[in-house]
Amino acid sequence: MALSREQLAQRVAQELKDGYYVNLGIGIPTLVANYVPDGIEVMLQSENGLLGMGQFPTEDEIDADLINAGKQTVTMATGASIFDSAASFAMIRGGHVDLTVLGAFEVDVNGNIASYMIPGKLIKGMGGAMDLVAGADNIIVTMTHASKHGVSKLLANCTLPLTGKACIKKVLTDLAFIEIKDGKFHLLERAPRVSIEEIVKLTDGELEVPEHVPEMSF
Amino acid sequence: MIDKQIKKMVASYVGENAHFAAQMMSGELDVELTPQGTLAEKIRAGGAGIPAFYTATGYGTPVAEGKEVKAYDGRHYILEESIKGDFAIVKAWKADPYGNLIFRKTARNFNPLAATAGKITVVEVEEIVALGELDPDQIHTPGIYVNRVIQGTFEKTIEQRTTRPSATPSI
Repeated sequence: MALSREQLAQRVAQELKDGYYVNLGIGIPTLVANYVPDGIEVMLQSENGLLGMGQFPTEDEIDADLINAGKQTVTMATGASIFDSAASFAMIRGGHVDLTVLGAFEVDVNGNIASYMIPGKLIKGMGGAMDLVAGADNIIVTMTHASKHGVSKLLANCTLPLTGKACIKKVLTDLAFIEIKDGKFHLLERAPRVSIEEIVKLTDGELEVPEHVPEMSF
Repeated sequence: MIDKQIKKMVASYVGENAHFAAQMMSGELDVELTPQGTLAEKIRAGGAGIPAFYTATGYGTPVAEGKEVKAYDGRHYILEESIKGDFAIVKAWKADPYGNLIFRKTARNFNPLAATAGKITVVEVEEIVALGELDPDQIHTPGIYVNRVIQGTFEKTIEQRTTRPSATPSI
């Protein structure tokens, strides 16, 4: 069974460590905040200038001046701080954020990522994604393994304009958890009841499959 | 924007603006998509008298096209030029008569940077307070950068109104 959006978020959350400063991208990455394991405290960084993002506000708590990078209304956690965009990206580009989670259209065996533009179709802009992938050492990309039509998104070479070059080491898809090193994908884990054959079939770039590939557990 | 009076725009994200997308696709508007951190640093540098800087952001991507590349400690960086404006238009929370500014929560973002980078900086504020009312330790933008202050009237709009049920206890 392919992982649901919630399970993807849950699996990423298992990578969190106490005291981490974490930047979560828009979409599935945002859901990770709902699954922070018990006994662990993390500080969420929102690149529009908030460290210590809290949960969504109640109707009474809504403040038009307090939003996250996805323009959603949020609250501040106790101990939060606020700063301008240059300070925010200095944190990111200076390598001070412990974990970055973001989505992508494609990744390849050399750790390249394409996530911001489909020429002629979708031009939204990269926002902070290029800064995040260039500045962070520990990045997890969350994405579907293949398109609805079965076209792999894990490639030998990205075909879309790149967001970053040689910067991705970990990819979590709805089918597998994959590490990128030495110019290859390495299969670390598979989604519950997903066969290795299926993963191999839907992975375009070279994939190293060890003898034992554990199933993810939730 | 609707009257097509804008020739060129430098921006990091243009996602939810239909006019923008339409004019960009038709070629009527020249858009330079710039990573958000690079954009912030370009404006900060412009205001600080720094003409250009090296950054790893965008190396090996379309953003790097035509830009100088230099390696430091085995890593590649691209040269990005700073931005200055004839006018900087800024929104702040409070100002005093000397133009000292305080921003409120995440409405700070690019505002203090833009305030430093304009030949003429115009600030719209929610409240103009008497001289001495702002604590010098709490001022975000010193008045040296500010040329005009206007008290505006605001209806604050929210693009993504996202809430949790009020029964959910706070963590």
